[in-house]
Amino acid sequence: MTPPPAHTTTAEAIAAADDRVRRPPAMSVGPVGWLRANLFSSWLNTAVTLVLAYLVVSWTLGLISWGVINAIWEVPGSGAQVDTSACRAARGEGACWALIGEKYRFILFGLYPFEEQWRPALVVAIFVALYVVSAMRRFWNRWLGLIWLVALAAIGVLMWGGVFGLRFVEQERWGGLPITLILSTFGIAFAFPLSILVALGRRQTSMPAVRALCVVYIELIRGVPLISLLFMASVMFPLFLPEGMNIDKLLRAQVAIILFAAAYLAEVVRGGLQALPKGQYEAADALGLSYWQKTGFIVLPQALRMVIPPLVNTFIGMFKDTSLVLIIGIFDLLNTAKTSIIEPAWQGFGVEAYLFVAAIYFVFCFAMSKYSQDLESEFNRHRRR
Amino acid sequence: MREAMARSETTVRSGIAAGAKPMIQLINVNKWFGALHVLRDVNLTVAERERVVVCGPSGSGKSTMIRCINRLESHQEGQIIVDGIELTDDLKNIDAIRREVGMVFQSFNLFPHLTILENCTLAPIWVRKMPKREAEALAMEYLTRVRIPEQAQKYPGQLSGGQQQRVAIARALCMRPKIMLFDEPTSALDPEMIKEVLDVMVELAESGMTMVVVTHEMGFARTVADRVVFMDRGEVVEVGPPGEFFANPKSERLKTFLSQILGH
Repeated sequence: MTPPPAHTTTAEAIAAADDRVRRPPAMSVGPVGWLRANLFSSWLNTAVTLVLAYLVVSWTLGLISWGVINAIWEVPGSGAQVDTSACRAARGEGACWALIGEKYRFILFGLYPFEEQWRPALVVAIFVALYVVSAMRRFWNRWLGLIWLVALAAIGVLMWGGVFGLRFVEQERWGGLPITLILSTFGIAFAFPLSILVALGRRQTSMPAVRALCVVYIELIRGVPLISLLFMASVMFPLFLPEGMNIDKLLRAQVAIILFAAAYLAEVVRGGLQALPKGQYEAADALGLSYWQKTGFIVLPQALRMVIPPLVNTFIGMFKDTSLVLIIGIFDLLNTAKTSIIEPAWQGFGVEAYLFVAAIYFVFCFAMSKYSQDLESEFNRHRRR
Repeated sequence: MREAMARSETTVRSGIAAGAKPMIQLINVNKWFGALHVLRDVNLTVAERERVVVCGPSGSGKSTMIRCINRLESHQEGQIIVDGIELTDDLKNIDAIRREVGMVFQSFNLFPHLTILENCTLAPIWVRKMPKREAEALAMEYLTRVRIPEQAQKYPGQLSGGQQQRVAIARALCMRPKIMLFDEPTSALDPEMIKEVLDVMVELAESGMTMVVVTHEMGFARTVADRVVFMDRGEVVEVGPPGEFFANPKSERLKTFLSQILGH
């Protein structure tokens, strides 16, 4: 007697147990079956498929011809003496990637002193490392907070300098990718916990004052555009400060972004809190858990994982909304790209500059989106039977 | 099922010595949901080691009454005294009582994001401040008693309803409560799973736990209960030992109820 073979799925087990089970017709399964069912199921469907296929192919070929084959990768001269006539001649036919070669340092790091730009580059690397560490669940313990504090301090030291023999660089000269990452990373890192507190506060039926405060905060902040908050932070807020006192413009913008994002996130979190069955609260109460134990162990772990998609939606929106700080004269990534094509020699090459920063934005946003999908399937393991 | 329970009848009904220490006292308790008067002058005393079954038509206030005992609902008039502590708005008293009172719900209410073992150890570790290893040993002991130690590392969603309800009982017992409340523990179960849960409850009764059980399982009431309480429209209509309760119902309302519930 040989032991029965292990079957990975029920379907296989059934098939093995009964030899008379018929396979589905070959034309209805596999890639051929999929194509027949989805792309060529009727005459109309076939026609639409062929037209779309033609468009996709021709556009792709056009893009390759513009972006690679006919593209200008280098131009003679540099700085003020640059000769961009080759790029001008190729306009419409080929991309001028020479702009990126010439200007990428400015786009990435803005007006930061050229010879010191290894510092913001290192800051970007620290941010990426911070994201990677924070994304790994292995590090989700008390050390993570410490890692963030150390990273925050290191970023401050590197950007400002003035200690350890580093040259002091005033905040007005910072720019490019580090600004975008600072505003969005610390925006999310502070807005998220704040939003949880506000969402919990809004559900406090036993504390009407706390509840009213949270409602007023959410409705007020959500009711105005982010741009107006940034204007208030940059123009109005200093008027209320005592003479001679000055708070960093970047910090003011950062606070405005945190307050704005937290109001939106709070409503997302509240959605999760409301979706949690009442029985979960009651079971936690019946076991004698305190309010914060109940919230920390039972309510939030379940409520937050239910709202991962809208949370990440808001995070991604926030990441891109930081570009609005250009309105108050902060040189974030989008603003440096815009400024890089101001020189007469480079005017008119906006498509190339914006494609470059768009690619950078996309990498960060897509990474967030991909990570959230993984997190979701990981967290929802317990729902599997 | 009735046969299964008959075996324990002689051992279970040990009788409650007169003058035993009262564990739960409800004195003239009144409660309203908005304008709806859901508990009307409810008086009930449950002695230590006593097993009380509460029955009645739906909407009669029986669930509300036992939910008042651990303050999942608050009452507006009267007194509720549990283990010598009166339930008021004082959070300290509420917490103290909840530590001593275990509850099992109709819909199990296990925490779906935690494993069976974590469900059982969470409260002992954080409320009783028990060391983790000790809490896990205790949880395994109770999971063995409810006959599912092999499921400890699974998640609630992977278990059947009957298994989940037994875990819920083990989870409550891990707090080593003095009183156990059951709010229709078998009403959400498929018929073939009711017995496995009732068997666990019978064993618990045999161990001398003070129990208040809201249920429609009249077989359980007959064999396990020291007293059966009949509630209707927010009032306690009739209380008595099961023999008398089922054989000689005094009120018209109980007679109607029994004929409906036992008639088919």
